[in-house]
Amino acid sequence: MAAEVAAQPVNGTATGSRARWKHMDTLLSRPGAYTDEDDFAPGSVPIGNIEQSRILVIGAGGLGCEILKNLALSGFKHIDVIDMDTIDFLFREKDVGKAKASVAAEFVMKRCPGCVITPYAGKIQDKDEDYYMQFNLVICGLDSIEARRWINATLVGMVDMENPDSLKPLIDGGTEGFKGQSRVIFPTMTSCIECQLDMHAPRAAVPLCTLATIPRQPQHCIEWAHIIKWEEERKDLVLDTDDPEHITWLYQKALGRAKEFKIEGVTYSMTQGVVKNIIPAIASTNAIVAASCCNEAFKIVTSAASFLGTPGENNYMLYTGDASIYTYTFEHQKKDDCPVCGNLPKDLFVNPESTLGELVEGLAERPEAQLKKPNLRTEEKTLYYSSPASLEESTRPNLKRKISEMLADGEEFAVSDPAFEINFRFIARYA
Amino acid sequence: MLKIWSMKQQQQKNEAAAGPAAKKKKVTAAQLRVQKDLSELALPQTMKTVFPNPDDILNFTLHLTPDEGLYKSGSFSFTFAISQNFPHEPPKVKCQQKIYHPNIDLEGNICLNILREDWKPVLNLNAVVVGLQFLFLEPNASDPLNKEAAADLQGDRDRFKRNVRSSMQGGSVKGESFDKVVK
Repeated sequence: MAAEVAAQPVNGTATGSRARWKHMDTLLSRPGAYTDEDDFAPGSVPIGNIEQSRILVIGAGGLGCEILKNLALSGFKHIDVIDMDTIDFLFREKDVGKAKASVAAEFVMKRCPGCVITPYAGKIQDKDEDYYMQFNLVICGLDSIEARRWINATLVGMVDMENPDSLKPLIDGGTEGFKGQSRVIFPTMTSCIECQLDMHAPRAAVPLCTLATIPRQPQHCIEWAHIIKWEEERKDLVLDTDDPEHITWLYQKALGRAKEFKIEGVTYSMTQGVVKNIIPAIASTNAIVAASCCNEAFKIVTSAASFLGTPGENNYMLYTGDASIYTYTFEHQKKDDCPVCGNLPKDLFVNPESTLGELVEGLAERPEAQLKKPNLRTEEKTLYYSSPASLEESTRPNLKRKISEMLADGEEFAVSDPAFEINFRFIARYA
Repeated sequence: MLKIWSMKQQQQKNEAAAGPAAKKKKVTAAQLRVQKDLSELALPQTMKTVFPNPDDILNFTLHLTPDEGLYKSGSFSFTFAISQNFPHEPPKVKCQQKIYHPNIDLEGNICLNILREDWKPVLNLNAVVVGLQFLFLEPNASDPLNKEAAADLQGDRDRFKRNVRSSMQGGSVKGESFDKVVK
């Protein structure tokens, strides 16, 4: 929200000197009651860390913009921001249609000279590990669970014992109306996004039969138009929630439905809200959560005070502002059976000239595995499935094929077996 | 951060060494979970799966031929479309035939609580399959998606039964024609 950035008082002026950072420098130049003697060397080290660290912010919406502003005002100088969306509201009129990431970057850079923010308007999935390796820390201000899971799995997969820089702390902020959370993850060391998947509130859903037979609220009429009527009348058209014609069509249908059941309150913007699952953002919830995320980033980078996410300690702060005010900080424990961090991929040396069948037999013989009915796949291909029967039949011919045809050198594959709670993951290494 | 890395090294010493990360695409969390669910899928004689593209386990069809109940001997198929948000989100399941059923509308939408409002990430594909099977053994009038069929079932079970049989033969019920699902 660029408008909020404008409202923020700017302390001091950028003169190129450290004048602007006088108070921060003081803070970082002396030990405090809670600084860790082993990890904190007051003075140039933490100050240099702030100036030199490269931070990646994912999301440039209500939360992301707030995070960018806080980071810039905390003295961070090298920030990248990714967002795939273009602006349709919340920013300024003249910016409608432009990429959120670019507008946010430009605005914050103008307000905080000396801070370089590099925007990328696109998906996080467009970027590879080499890209993410450049950063010291990643902060998410996202509304998508899918994107969180993706970046989480990517950062977990990047951890390489040969290289301390490969461990990228992940700070995740999230808000929904008056509620929010901030959490810190040290990939592979502490509970990850996937371990915490059940912490996300499920999307409130109304039974389909209520929508179909006895709608009671305007939202029910909109959901009916969205889920039932569209399929009935515009089956061959893929619904594009950003297309005003599509939203108008749903709005008209919902309005007709509401009239029939004498329900009032269906509006165009409510239709947009229900269909796109827009949860009204509360600016101050975003501000609180963003502040917490940026404080953690500051502490992790400088070691100036203990931070959320230290292994064995608290890693999750939840905040509720709707029933008075309440916060609770706790340790969400790592799950041993987490599909992402519970069983990290292990190297498996394979002879590219041998067959997939031999590999499967080998897995059955491995003492830690002893898989009886394994299912194996890569991201792209189903290698061999013992069950269900139809997949067994269609993948059986693969057993006779050479490893080199099925698995590339360095490619990850996952193995599941009904006898084991967890999935095994291996990286094929040609030997 | 220095301290965190030394903790990581300590942690690593306690575990077996892992090699450098894979460069290629990783199996996604949703794929991992579906693969696990499929390995645990216990299908009775009356059901089988078909994967149009065996490499894509997120999209498949489930065939169901009940061997008892009102829908006995009908062949019904359901498309399963699973998103990368699984298991946070339930699979999208639709019936491919136009059938006369109180909990399934003419477009194939299904009113089954665990497919929508009662879905939880701890549920698996087996639970969905059992739920579908149950709908065909015990259609229920209290969650109507096809109002006529529900009223029929509630009003006169024998008439409902006759209407189900004739619809399954490809006949019409109250002016609406249905797909033939019996041989």
